[in-house]
Amino acid sequence: MPRTLWDSTVGKKTVMAVSGLIMLSYLVVHMMGNLKIFFGAGQFDSYAHWLRTIGEPFLHYEWALWLIRVVLVAAVVGHAVAAYQLSRRDIRARPGGYVHKRARASYATRTMRWGGIILALFIVWHILDLTTGTVHSGFRPGHPYQNVVDTFSTWYGNTIYIVAMAALALHVQHGFWSAAQTLGVGNATRDRLLKTLANVLAVLLFAGFVSVPVAVMTGVVS
Amino acid sequence: MKLTLRVWRQKNADSPGAMATYEVDDISADMSFLEMLDTLNEELTLRGEEPVAFDHDCREGICGACSLVINGDAHGPERTTTCQLHMRSFSDGDTIDVEPWRASAFPVVKDLVVDRSSFDRIIQAGGYISVPTGAAPEAHATPVPKPDADVAFEHAECIGCGACVAACPNGSAMLFTSAKVNHLNVLPQGAPERETRVLDMVGQMDDEGFGGCTLTGECATACPKGIPLPSIAAMNKEWLRATRKARKVGR
Repeated sequence: MPRTLWDSTVGKKTVMAVSGLIMLSYLVVHMMGNLKIFFGAGQFDSYAHWLRTIGEPFLHYEWALWLIRVVLVAAVVGHAVAAYQLSRRDIRARPGGYVHKRARASYATRTMRWGGIILALFIVWHILDLTTGTVHSGFRPGHPYQNVVDTFSTWYGNTIYIVAMAALALHVQHGFWSAAQTLGVGNATRDRLLKTLANVLAVLLFAGFVSVPVAVMTGVVS
Repeated sequence: MKLTLRVWRQKNADSPGAMATYEVDDISADMSFLEMLDTLNEELTLRGEEPVAFDHDCREGICGACSLVINGDAHGPERTTTCQLHMRSFSDGDTIDVEPWRASAFPVVKDLVVDRSSFDRIIQAGGYISVPTGAAPEAHATPVPKPDADVAFEHAECIGCGACVAACPNGSAMLFTSAKVNHLNVLPQGAPERETRVLDMVGQMDDEGFGGCTLTGECATACPKGIPLPSIAAMNKEWLRATRKARKVGR
């Protein structure tokens, strides 16, 4: 069955749908966790520390976190490889367009591929900036509140983050509804509900994530 | 009315093509688009030039032979087949671009004619029911619930013209294949081959070099028969169900 799945365009889309939904559910939790920043440095930092202790004493320190990381990396890799292979196939299936050009599909739909690339680059920067601190001068491990405030006190930190979140909202708007179609959940009666859910998810994620840099910029969080 | 046509001319599958410009005059608003092209071809023949090759057959909108991308839209601005498109949809002095279906799985044969035999091979892979031949069966022998009959008929309307592939930015044949799969899979007559049908037809569709589906919805907008976009989700559901079942029986 794994080969049947991977060898078929419908199967590869299924891999994309499932991995996309895994990443989406992670993002919803991540976004809600981020909002703890509005309760002050103490709450936020202890929440960040708790993430490392989930499952203790049954699980060892940081094991749950690493388990989540492994699942996420698998989802990102599966999603990206399937997207790359399907895109290559799609471009081969339609070499050269029409002489008479016109805009096709919605903006969110047309920007799925470039939006995905933007998000992949953003994830790399985001991890180097706030997880490992490699590109973050003055990074203090164990003090996420201060690190977040530092990042959003720079113009480039804000720009990269807000652009990426806009790309995320567009990606989720088409991606969530698309995943439902791929998994065979979509039908005529449920279409409006699924589209509304996709829009709500996109708006909530954008608002939730962007509220943090906006709060730092306006001095609500400092 | 007087029109400027920019038509894709291509000698054969191996030679490169290009748009050629023609002027046509005295076009009546009541002419069909194909009759307008007939007028152009008559003039070209009288001038000793090669007429423009295009596919057509019944000219009643039911055979699926006609296939033109007009001003970037498969079958032109109205939601119908090219043969049922009338010149009243255009205005005097318009410039109209006429191109063939564009997809790797639909190679151009000549001018506006493309080879759609890849669709035939998808049908051959499973778009049928296996029944012993003989006298026609009693019509009441197999009851079909009305809602299922409606779904089957909605999908049976597909004439296999290929507008869905032509409109799709990925050159995907998902709407066509889903119409054919759903048509038979909801009927009791199609039940014995329900799983193999969807697996084999999707497999053939992939083998023909059609692209994957990104749910842009362009296919359903272009479809002259109104095959709805959720048909694709219904086929995906059938495919996933068949894949799970195939694993169980170790197919």
